[in-house]
Amino acid sequence: MPARTKPSLVTRIAGTALLLVLALFASVAPAGAQTLSEAAAALVQKLPDGSYSDRAEVVTQLAATGESDLAPLLQALRDGDLYVVNADKRVVIAERKGSNYEISDPISGAALGEVGQRDAEKIKVNNSLRRTIDSAMGQLTLMSPDPANRRAAAENILKTADPETIDLIDAALAEEADPAIAAILNEARAVIVLRNDFPADEQLAAVATLKARGDRDALAVLTGVQGTASAEIRPAVDDAIGDIQDVLAIWAAGQNVWYGISLGSVLLLAAIGLAITFGVMGVINMAHGEIVMLGAYTTFVVQDAIRNNAPELFDYSLAIALPLAFLVTALVGIAIERGIIRWLYGRPLETLLATWGLSLILQQAVRTIFGPNNREVGNPSFMSGAFDLGQLSITWNRMWIVVFALAVFAILLAVLNRTPLGLQMRAVTQNRRMASSMGIRTPFVDALTFGLGSGIAGMAGVALSQIDNVSPNLGQGYIIDSFMVVVFGGVGNLWGTLVGALTLGVANKFLEPYAGAVLGKIVILVFIILFIQRRPRGLFALKGRAVEQ
Amino acid sequence: MRSSRILAGLAAVAVAGAIGMASLPAYAEGDTIKVGILHSLSGTMAISETTLKDTMLFLIDEQNKKGGLLGKMLEPVVVDPASDWPLFAEKARELISVDGVDVVFGCWTSVSRKSVLPVFKELDSILFYPVQYEGEESERNVFYTGAAPNQQAIPAVDYLMNEEGVERWVLEGTDYVYPRTTNKILEAYLKAKGVADEDIMINYTPFGFSDWQTEVSAIKAFGSAGKKTAVVSTVNGDANVPFYKELGNQGISAEDIPVVAFSVGEEELAGLDTGPLVGHLAAWNYFESVDTPENADFIDAWHAYIGNDDRVTNDPMEAHYIGFNMWVKAVEAAGTTDPDAVIDALPGTSVPNLSGGYSAMMPNHHITKPVLIGEIQDDGQFDIVWQTPGLVPGDAWSDYLPDSAVLISDWRAPLSCGNFNTATGTCGGSAQ
Repeated sequence: MPARTKPSLVTRIAGTALLLVLALFASVAPAGAQTLSEAAAALVQKLPDGSYSDRAEVVTQLAATGESDLAPLLQALRDGDLYVVNADKRVVIAERKGSNYEISDPISGAALGEVGQRDAEKIKVNNSLRRTIDSAMGQLTLMSPDPANRRAAAENILKTADPETIDLIDAALAEEADPAIAAILNEARAVIVLRNDFPADEQLAAVATLKARGDRDALAVLTGVQGTASAEIRPAVDDAIGDIQDVLAIWAAGQNVWYGISLGSVLLLAAIGLAITFGVMGVINMAHGEIVMLGAYTTFVVQDAIRNNAPELFDYSLAIALPLAFLVTALVGIAIERGIIRWLYGRPLETLLATWGLSLILQQAVRTIFGPNNREVGNPSFMSGAFDLGQLSITWNRMWIVVFALAVFAILLAVLNRTPLGLQMRAVTQNRRMASSMGIRTPFVDALTFGLGSGIAGMAGVALSQIDNVSPNLGQGYIIDSFMVVVFGGVGNLWGTLVGALTLGVANKFLEPYAGAVLGKIVILVFIILFIQRRPRGLFALKGRAVEQ
Repeated sequence: MRSSRILAGLAAVAVAGAIGMASLPAYAEGDTIKVGILHSLSGTMAISETTLKDTMLFLIDEQNKKGGLLGKMLEPVVVDPASDWPLFAEKARELISVDGVDVVFGCWTSVSRKSVLPVFKELDSILFYPVQYEGEESERNVFYTGAAPNQQAIPAVDYLMNEEGVERWVLEGTDYVYPRTTNKILEAYLKAKGVADEDIMINYTPFGFSDWQTEVSAIKAFGSAGKKTAVVSTVNGDANVPFYKELGNQGISAEDIPVVAFSVGEEELAGLDTGPLVGHLAAWNYFESVDTPENADFIDAWHAYIGNDDRVTNDPMEAHYIGFNMWVKAVEAAGTTDPDAVIDALPGTSVPNLSGGYSAMMPNHHITKPVLIGEIQDDGQFDIVWQTPGLVPGDAWSDYLPDSAVLISDWRAPLSCGNFNTATGTCGGSAQ
């Protein structure tokens, strides 16, 4: 508990929990008033002046007042939304509105009108100041009635582990009903106990607490104190470090597998359209990467339209972009097939050169229309951030891309094996003349097959826009990998593409930590060259007469 | 038969075109002063270099509005080397010997600069190079207006060490000459400052790398050794966007492990949601957010010229601004555009920069600049959190590499040497 508690204020929210909190925080101020004590208000007025370290000093003093109404002000300061009005030196929260700032009172939230952009000065923060604010916020909101706030506060306290806060932690622990928050507070206490001069038995208990946590943060604290630990607790610290490292090593292997699957899914997405155009039709399409790029730009156009017209739909932007990207790229694909490729069937070298030239034309066209710079494609909220699975941190965007890649694969497989169009495609590619004799319009099927492969590539572009740059060069980075996957997996076999992509992904990610990204990639390429020497038809070679053509 | 006739026709047209182009300068001579612009407008580097071409056209336009130079108008000659290094040399030769330009502003990557060097030496012309680079070079025909390592990398590391208390370092870079040389200098510098071997991790990734999961989790693991950790990033170009996205998604915030980058500016952030990146750092000699009247005027004029208020300004643009004004001033002082006279007039020339001071060309063909450290904000701009008290002179030869510590560069009359070895007292000692 802070040594001196100034009169606290009643906030909007009532309730027994709050009363408990207020009881802790000494006296109760008049209800409904949203004002600070004079001392705190004077401190706030000092915020704009001086250097970052002066500002940090003021924030520490603000935290010491224990007035929880300061929380929104500190949050605004942390977010860089706190300004000082040049005219009356008033500290306000400002929000950009056109060329003006909309200002409001940082404590009461009351709107104060607008000021011009040059009439208010931002109160700047840097990283170390942000850390101080986090710690202060932790202290101020640790007693908040809202469990989410309390949890954030506890995590802030754990991060900074300021020895001054130990009394506050003890007071909060006595009140805390939520076991998850209590656990964080206990860990925060353990960190403080370990880092400072506390009795050996308390420190031993602290080591046990951290050992139970068992993650990287716990390891960081333990390694940090390893050198300075007293003889009594040293063995326990060493022991805990050893145990945590053993567990983490196992998780690291799991992590490599996951990263491999994730990379594999990206390779699969990039290659699966090519598995149709190259694998099934035998067309060497060097413009495949550019079709992926067109899909990504479709996403950009869709998001841009949504941002300008209906921002509330932003989370659905990818769902809207997917069918559009498929349509756009499928049409481009059909145009390419009808316009260029159909004149070049059976002449792979000319096809290669023509489509390579086409790839340059498409790139420069996009560069001319959209400009050479990267375009911003945002992550919808469900694709941002990460979740923890044990000691594994899995990012949502990678997770959804894995799901999406497998879904696309399944749908494509179903189309090829279960629909009349799929049947005709397979018939045409296996024996064109026979199919033609049976009444199949082979040129029509050719165009549709190429369109399907291109459409799939466009959908891959939507997914790749979430993890890569949307720039005219997007496709170049994937074309080599795509061919690699298709050739390795076995030309003409979708399952081969799946297994090939995942194998290459996992192998790459297991090599990377040891060999580095550059060498890892070289090793994989050498491996594929040797593999193709042994099995020229790839992992899953097609058998039968079709192969001989 | 038919195709050979078409070929012959094409050849005739090409020859006619070449003659026409060759005869042009003779006709235009005397009326204008030609300024060559050698920046990629297509290919991978177009993303960065196109803006610099626009900047040069803007600067030349401004100068012409003021009445030109030596009573003549300036005429820009734009060529597109298409991000193709050998083509840079060809286009440079074309600019100098066919178009007859008096000065060239251009190049971005070090390899493109190395590719055109022999051309500028042979034809004795002038190149202004506007991008931060790895140093270890000083040529008579080249003027380096971007930052040398001591004007960017070293101050950034000092900032992290002193202000953030960083003790453990990850040097993350793209695998080519600039990151490798910069990291070699930084490693030597950190060790000289007493950082232990096990507290430095160096990692390289290929160009255009997009799957950063393993690297970022390695950084996370390296950072959990109980000591404050920071990442010094020389990751180049496009690879930055997925790198920062991965950092944001894996929850590495700037308060835990700050990343300071030398190749990330306003232009690169334009393709990125910077919300999760607030607080990560960049070291440059200029930011668009620099609060000076000169900079406000420059930005306003730039927006008016380009007709788009959303276009950002960045450090290499300021370098061209400084370089172009220096060249103008040197030409006025020399009274001629003759390269030899201008090369001799340039050292000592001092012009205003956009951060409120004066930058001067030094005898080693590098310039003096302030060093600024900025933190990324959620609007894609940088807040300047620290800057050097004065100007930092660019050092061509790093003092932290044993081979180059003994070298100095001074292109003024008595010495006239870009790599004078102070240990042996001879010109031509090489660091490479």
